[in-house]
Order: sequence, then structure tokens, then C-alpha cells
Amino acid sequence: MYWEAVKECMSREELGLLQLETLQSTLFRVYMNVPFYRKKFDELAIDPDSIRSLEDLQRLPFTTKDDLRESYPYGMFAVPLREVVRLQASSGTTGTPTVVGYTSTDIKNWSNLTARILTAGGVTQNDIVQIAFDYGLFTGALGLHYGAERLGASVIPISGGNTRQQIKIMQDFRTTALVCTPSYALAISDAINEMGVNVNSLPLKYGLFGAEPWSEALRQELQEKLKIIATDNYGLSEVMGPGVAGECPERNGLHINEDHFLVEVVDPETLAPLPPGETGELVITTLTREAFPVIRYRTRDLTRLIPEPCPCGRTLARIGKVTGRTDDMIKIKGINIFPSQVEAVLFEIEGAEPHYQIIVDRKGSGDELTVMFEVSEAIFSDRMRNLGEFIGMVKARLSSELNMPVEVRPVEKSTLERPEGKGGRVIDNRKI
Amino acid sequence: MMSDKPLLVLKNIDVHYDKIHIIKRVSLHINRGEIVALIGANGAGKTTLLRTISGLIKPTGGSVEYDGSDITGSGAEKIVALGISHVPERGLVFKPMTVEDNLVLGAYHRYSFGKRGLLKYDVEHIYSMFPVLGERRKQLAGTLSGGEQQMLAIGRALMAKPKLLLMDEPGMGLAPLIIKNILNHIVELRNTLGLTIMLIEQNARSALKIADIGYVIETGRIILREPAEDLLLNRDVQRAYLGRDVAPGF
Repeated sequence: MYWEAVKECMSREELGLLQLETLQSTLFRVYMNVPFYRKKFDELAIDPDSIRSLEDLQRLPFTTKDDLRESYPYGMFAVPLREVVRLQASSGTTGTPTVVGYTSTDIKNWSNLTARILTAGGVTQNDIVQIAFDYGLFTGALGLHYGAERLGASVIPISGGNTRQQIKIMQDFRTTALVCTPSYALAISDAINEMGVNVNSLPLKYGLFGAEPWSEALRQELQEKLKIIATDNYGLSEVMGPGVAGECPERNGLHINEDHFLVEVVDPETLAPLPPGETGELVITTLTREAFPVIRYRTRDLTRLIPEPCPCGRTLARIGKVTGRTDDMIKIKGINIFPSQVEAVLFEIEGAEPHYQIIVDRKGSGDELTVMFEVSEAIFSDRMRNLGEFIGMVKARLSSELNMPVEVRPVEKSTLERPEGKGGRVIDNRKI
Repeated sequence: MMSDKPLLVLKNIDVHYDKIHIIKRVSLHINRGEIVALIGANGAGKTTLLRTISGLIKPTGGSVEYDGSDITGSGAEKIVALGISHVPERGLVFKPMTVEDNLVLGAYHRYSFGKRGLLKYDVEHIYSMFPVLGERRKQLAGTLSGGEQQMLAIGRALMAKPKLLLMDEPGMGLAPLIIKNILNHIVELRNTLGLTIMLIEQNARSALKIADIGYVIETGRIILREPAEDLLLNRDVQRAYLGRDVAPGF
């Protein structure tokens, strides 16, 4: 099922033409209407008219979160406020929030794009969609809300929190699709158990989860516990909100809405473009945004491009699940290491818990990497004899995943600090 | 799979008149069976762009691809034969000639002595589409009303058996009801003959109402490409080209 088959299954050739045309008109509009871009292009002596192919995009400067913050609140708008029909703000988890605006056409496009995501996730006009994202300045709830209405589903704008109430509504209103963060879905699932509700009595069929990175393991868990098809979707308020990319029933990568967003994956350190398949920082240029266009916005999200065609029939390229933030990246001996890689390995090993700490030390000529991780009680008691073997196995798996020798140090359960949020798992003792 | 490809692709077209840069890095494409409207103020470069496509003006940069072949810089006579017909502004029919002779002239590139009879069928087909032309077939074109002359110009262009019809302000100088009639004919041409149409219209609203896609051109550049229905709602476009006064805010 497609929402806009003509666009989602467009030939790659026409898509390329469309992208070039809309890139060129976007560049002209930002140069004319956004002083930040005019100044930046002028400083770098870039004539927007000289961008004549999609490859030329690489000559343009990046836009960063700091650039957006410095233009708070309205400095990056490309239309006068009288054309703006909606204002939202980024969640602002790290510092000053940023304000984004939408014209009526932007809202219409946004609704269509989230309708695409919902359709790809299985939702139709016959579904009852419970949106348990927080409503407000955060884009997650309203973005998917408009998309669900657009495709004709019945929307329950319940917002986040009050989990028991969520479950009661789910039972009474016969909710068939749940839209929220994966971690909140897990909380709902736990509460369903606590309340003694039989999950099989719920008509829930689909879960559309996003707004934070989550693992395949969590997907399996949610699909089994809630008896749903769980799909991942991606977006960020700086470029629009949800609706940038989303999984199809294949659940093997998120289709990027490339007729509205031009994406690149770059090395977060050198900023050089990476070949498809390599993990790096996702960079997005908006092609159709009227009120708030951004050029080469550095999302700080880590993912990889999947250009291979998808069996679902969509011609839109995919990105892998977001595996983390560039802020979490550690560079050792020239190799980029992400905590999510360590987490993924630990998830797969029986007896190891995905609670860990990564310690980097500089000894003599080289840097050393040590992973501390919690193990289940069984490992320390019954199978003490096998501990050495177990450590050797974990060490080999991690060294192979990270492409460098890794020291491992198992510790007892619940002894490592539980970091708030996603950071705090890396201790870098190098004096650089 | 040929037919899946866009019929016309312009990439980075530049046009200069002497030293003046009229068209700046214009890229656009039209799919088969689409009606595309080009809107913009007087002097923005709309007519120049149309004349560049039909080969009346040579671009100074960029490429024009039609039906899979590069036609950049080809002459108008070659381009007509490939299937692109241009209906110029105000029709420009040959006023001292009869309606029928005007139509036959539209097929000049496939006309040879003694074969006029073969064109008869095509002429009759035009009369069936535009009955008023059939009624006045022997009349001098100069005696037709403005709307009839415009229809004659369209009919003449169709005699060339085009795949792509370029129309420069078909409603120029005509009464609203007649414009509506002509635009209805344009939609009919697409629906019945599968024609692809690129249209400039001073009355941007009526053009966008029948178009699938709109490109907004400003001082020689494409500044916006959107589905026509979105452009109709775009308040900037409304103010600039649709003559609607949108209450200022802030």
C-alpha cells in the first residue's frame, strides 16, 4: 500500500530531475530571503546559480544546530511571518530550542508525508490511531496527527503519560495503531502486564515508533509483547518533523521521502561524503520547505545509506535505523567507534547485559579501549569455571565488531551507573 | 520503457539577448500527458523560455532533451517535425488567407504538391474539434473574432501532429467566457489526444486550475515548482500573480 504511489515509486531518473529543479529553486529562495545564507554564500564566493547538478551540492556550506540557535527565533525564516501558519520548536534537550515555521503548503506537505509513513506502517482509513507523543511545541504528535487525519483514520490525540489511562482508552476505543516513542511503548506493554490485561484481547495491530534510536532487539520485544507490526520512522523538527523517512512492511531500512529531502551521509570529523553503506552523520537539504528551508543541515544522527532497491516497490532510497548521535562518537587510532556498536554486541550475547561503560586510556604509544559490562548472576556463580572462556568470547566479538583489540571487564549486575539519556557511557581518560 | 521518461527535460538553460541574461539556469521537466503552467510577471522570461524550447531562440548554455534526444540548438523547422508545436501569443494567424488555408499551412512540413487531399482528413478532424472553424472554413482568417482566431491558431498547431504543444497566452485579449472555453479545449486535447501541454497564461489562476504542475519564474529564474493546486493556495503567489489581495499581518 502506498499513499502517493506516483511519487513513492517514481523513476530514479525523474526523481533526479525533480531534485535538481527544487534544489535550484530552494537555493535561489534562501539566497534572496534568508540573510544567513546570503552572507554565508557571499563569504564563500558561492553563486547559487553555479549549482548545476546534485553533485554540486557538496560545494555548499553546512548548516548546524548552532546556526539555527543563533538566529533564534525567526532569523532563518524564508517567508514573512504573515505567510506562516504554524510555529513549532525543537525539543531542545541540549540547549536553546530552535523555532521552525510552516506555511499552509508546508503543513499540507507534512500531512502527506506522515500519511505516507503511516500507510507504509500498515495504517489505513479503517484504523483507530492513538497518538501518545506529547502534544505541544514538539513536532512528533501533531505531525503524525495530521497525517493520520489526512488518510482518514480516526485519531485519538491522547498525548503522552498517564499510562493506565492509555490502556483503558486502548481497550474502550478499540485502538488499532499506537504512535509513540519505542521506550514509551515498552512502558505501556509493562503496564498492560501489571494491570493483568490480556494483550490478545486488544485489537492493536500496528506500532509506529520514532523520535529516539532503538534496536532490532527492542523491535522484536515490542512486536511479541504487544502483538503488533512495529515500524520505525524518522524525522527532526529542524527540517520538518516526523515524515522524513519511514519503514515499509519489509522493516529493513527507512525509505527517505527523497522528493522533499535530499540526504547525504558524511564523515562527522572530516565532513567528506561517505560511500553508501558506511555509517556516518546524516545531512539533510530540504527541497520543498517554504517557510524554513535548510541547506545541508547536520542532523548529528548516525546512519547509513541503503541505495539498493526495496522489494516493496518504492523507489525511494533507504537509511538504516539511526544508531546513535555523533556526540557519542569516540575516535581511537583513527577508527570511529559508537557506543551503539558495543550495545548491539552485548545484546546478542547470552549472559551479558546491555549495561556497559567504555573506557579509553592512553598508554605509551597507543590508545586502549576497555569495555566494562554487567553479567547475569549465573555467570559469576554456577559457571565460574567458564568465566575465562566467556570473557574470551566477548572480547573476540567486540574486537571483531570494532576492528581493534578490546579489553573487557565483566562486573556484577546493577553495579554500573545508569546514565540519564543516551550519553554518559564513555569515560575518555586521554589527555588530548 | 521509453514512455516512462519525461517528454521534455530542460537542464540549466541560459539565454542571453546580447549581453542581457534573460533566462538563468532554468531546469524543468514535463511528463507525457501533463499540463504544465509557467507563471510569472511580464518580462520574467516566460515567452523567451517557450521560444527557446521551440527552437526560435538558441540557448547560450544548458541542454534541451525531447523524447530521449538532445535537441539543444536545433532549428525550429526540425523541432516542429519532431512533434513540438508552438501557438504564439495572440495566435498570429495569417489574416489574408482562408481558415482552411491557415490549417493546411500548419502541416507545411509534411505537405507536398498533389498530396493536399491527404491533409483533408486532418482538416476535417480539426473542424470536428472546433465546429466554428468548419462553419467559417472559406472565410478569411482576419474576419474571425479574437477567440476564433485563437482556436484557429491551436488548430493550425495541431495540424503538425504534435506530441507537445507550447501555448503562449492563449487567452490574451479575450473575454473571460471565451478564455474558459479555450482552456476547456486544452484539457480536451490532453484527455482525448494524450497531448502534453506547456502553457503560459496571463490569467495565472485559470491556467493553474487546469494544470498539473506549475513553475513560477521570476527575473529569469525558476523560484518555485509545485503541484498547481498548491500554487493556487500559496499566498505569495496569490499576491504576486493571482491578483488577490491577501491581508497583511505581522
